[in-house]
Amino acid sequence: MHLGRVIGSIWATRKHAALDGASLRLVQPLDDDRSEVGDPLAVLDTLGSGPGELVMYVTAYEAVIPWKELHPHVDVAGVDAAVVGIVDRVDVARTAEGEA
Amino acid sequence: MILGRVTGSVHATVKNAHLHGARILVVKPLDLAGRPAGRPLLSIDRVDAGVGDTVLVCREGGSARLLFDDEMTPVQAVVVAVVDRVDLAPDLAEAS
Repeated sequence: MHLGRVIGSIWATRKHAALDGASLRLVQPLDDDRSEVGDPLAVLDTLGSGPGELVMYVTAYEAVIPWKELHPHVDVAGVDAAVVGIVDRVDVARTAEGEA
Repeated sequence: MILGRVTGSVHATVKNAHLHGARILVVKPLDLAGRPAGRPLLSIDRVDAGVGDTVLVCREGGSARLLFDDEMTPVQAVVVAVVDRVDLAPDLAEAS
């Protein structure tokens, strides 16, 4: 599971049938100090996250689980990233960089 | 599994139902010299690890769900151990 910030939404009327009704967000992955790390990716959202919000998202196979739960008839969905939480707070201990 | 350092924790009221009650830690992977390196992994804590602990994180969703005994838990990373010590064989693993 990873930390990210919603930086946009993606609308696609023509898409795989299994994704009908799916809302898609554009998410920028973040490091634990909230600096950007890696490239933005499209993430399925079933929790109603909005732009600017910090989110937790899962990738790979786990990403299809929340969608399959809402749509049991869907066995395969072209999804490899999904929001699983909207983050209220991240408490990060400030330790000296490189401290063993 | 990977070696990591717990650098913080995440609080999320709105989250997937199967994650309710789960304690979510921020874990930075460690290099052999024990320095945090790379992208953090948000991991579900199962061993009461605390901030600053060195831990082992299992990153394979399937086995993680076995721990939860719930097939619909969207979990990918689980803290499965708090590490007391790592002994590196001096000639085999140089902690550069």
